[in-house]
Amino acid sequence: MSEFLQQLINGIAWGSIYALIALGYTMVYGVLRLINFAHGDVYMVGAFAGFYAVRWLDLGQEPTLFGAVVVFLFAMLVCALLGFIIERGAYKPLRKAPRLTALITAIGISLFLENAGQLIFGADPKFFPQIITKSDVISSGGIILTNQQLIVLVVSLCLMASLQLFIKKTKTGKAMRAVSFNRDAASLMGISVDRIISITFMIGSALAAAAGVLVALTNPKIEPLMGIMPGIKAFVAAVLGGIGNIPGAMLGGMIMGIAEVMVVGYVSSTYRDAIAFAILIIILLFKPSGLMGAFTGEKV
Amino acid sequence: MKRSSGLWWGVMGVILCLFIFSCAQKEDVIVLGEFGSLTGVTATFGKSTQRGIEMALDELNQTGGMEGKRFKIVVEDDQSKPEEAATAVKKLINQDKVLMILGEVASSRTLAGAPICQDAKIPLITPASTNPKVTQVGDYIFRVCFIDPFQGEVMAKFARNTLKVSKAAILKDIKNDYSVGLAQFFTETFTGLGGQVIAEESYAEGDIEFRAQLTSLKAKNPEVIFIPGYYTEIGLIARQARDLGIKVPLIGGDGWDSPRLVEIGGKALENTYYSNHYTPEDPRPEIQKFITEYKTRYNETPDAMAPLGYDAAKIAFDAIKRSGILQEQNIKKAYKENPKASYLMEAINTPGNRQPIRDALAKTKDFPGVTGMITIDENRNAKKTAVVVKIEGGKVMFVETINP
Repeated sequence: MSEFLQQLINGIAWGSIYALIALGYTMVYGVLRLINFAHGDVYMVGAFAGFYAVRWLDLGQEPTLFGAVVVFLFAMLVCALLGFIIERGAYKPLRKAPRLTALITAIGISLFLENAGQLIFGADPKFFPQIITKSDVISSGGIILTNQQLIVLVVSLCLMASLQLFIKKTKTGKAMRAVSFNRDAASLMGISVDRIISITFMIGSALAAAAGVLVALTNPKIEPLMGIMPGIKAFVAAVLGGIGNIPGAMLGGMIMGIAEVMVVGYVSSTYRDAIAFAILIIILLFKPSGLMGAFTGEKV
Repeated sequence: MKRSSGLWWGVMGVILCLFIFSCAQKEDVIVLGEFGSLTGVTATFGKSTQRGIEMALDELNQTGGMEGKRFKIVVEDDQSKPEEAATAVKKLINQDKVLMILGEVASSRTLAGAPICQDAKIPLITPASTNPKVTQVGDYIFRVCFIDPFQGEVMAKFARNTLKVSKAAILKDIKNDYSVGLAQFFTETFTGLGGQVIAEESYAEGDIEFRAQLTSLKAKNPEVIFIPGYYTEIGLIARQARDLGIKVPLIGGDGWDSPRLVEIGGKALENTYYSNHYTPEDPRPEIQKFITEYKTRYNETPDAMAPLGYDAAKIAFDAIKRSGILQEQNIKKAYKENPKASYLMEAINTPGNRQPIRDALAKTKDFPGVTGMITIDENRNAKKTAVVVKIEGGKVMFVETINP
């Protein structure tokens, strides 16, 4: 029993990383109807931004809460900027082009970031210094939950909730939803569509950066290709929860994380990646709109 | 007027340079090839090996080369990828037309390059690939390190006899020939010695989350966990194992050996042991001389890959020398047989010339290498001793030597 509970904790902690990356995917898709395949690589850039921030601030030796927050915010800021540049440079000129063109550009950006990362950061894996001192929150009956795992979970829940609030309650959020419904009509209502899309990208990329720093907190090894697999899995998580739906992304990420850990723990690690894609196929067969996605009839 | 004369001198200078360069190209250098992971996930393997080889090369050239000929080594990076390793080997053979090849630490990448060398009948020496399959590729493939059955045996003996444990668990990298092989040989010896392997789990290279596997291993209460992987994953595995409250010793093979290991693993690596080819603490004069020289050149204590690269290069030079192909009369003969050849490498670059090198390599006996006395056996593997080291206070400490 304690083994199962420990696996559940492992799964939830791991799933919250997927959930965080999936949030960005789902948000960009919700507004733009574009699957931003470069999202996993923005997550990588986020982790590296955090890494260099720790170095510059020289926080590696004595972790402080303040330092951790600074690192976190710095990484989010860098990635928000990166998201803005990617959107303005690569996607905006293609706004009127067929959707496939934008999709292929997204793959191009993804490859560009991966290889530029290897060039700039070096392909050698790097150790991400501990910015929060590890301690056990629960440590009884063979179950261990570290404060780092708890932080990952709490931060991702908070980010999800504030994102949901932002979209439902603020004026910008309302504008985002309007752009998502009908871009032309939104612009007729006086909404600056370009600005809204840029903001969407910046928030999405900042979320990816948050995920990057959080994953580096519990799994402190970062390298330029670290975003590929999590990127794909988070995409599956977003589809699973219903792409475009924010609580759905969270749910999808959790399910993915727990499913993966359970398969590895009780079956075999060989099926670790297979389970993600098996879930994707099943969900596409039986509920193509995802667990929490609304069914939208095809307009003929 | 003045200006144009300056231009004139410039042109003259360029022509002179070109002339010198064209001469340099025809200089009588012997070209060998090397492929390794200079970048990519296991970059320290390739870099250390390359430094070792470079030291051996400079030593040879500074003492006047061999039979008055200087040597050159063309280095190709395979980015830690097997498919790139195959490309690198093809380039060395077809484009650089090397006499022989030194290369690769990772067994899976040596295995990608070895069949190409075997087909072209180019001798290949791997400094550190320990999987038995490597030299089984053919009679042109050699190694200067021990093999996995021995390494698996060493750690099984160590766990059973020195740590005195009877219940072991294994966590192996399922995508890696080296890791799977080591796990198998460990199990064979360990059960042979009356121990029991109570659980076996796996991961894949590049994973960063191992808590699921470690949790299910922990539930079985092993007394030791054998993790035959590479340093890239070991640091994180150790960290997560200690996070989950696994306090038993973690043991592994030479894939652990890298300056990066302790950097990633930190304190979690206390109470861990691994088998290795050599230890910098060994007082033998060959080792100490090598270490001092390495430190002055690269400002770092060498890991095991550096002396292995050094030994591989030394053995290659030794075999070329003993093969006699660089002797005056043999070079003359080579020029006679290849009348079109305009420089030395072109003349001696014949398949027939590799045969004596291969034969000389196969006859290597009691070669005093940095990593020990090297004798190449009938399966083209090196017979050598292994050491077991321990990580204590972030430093690698010598524990014991285990003989074959």
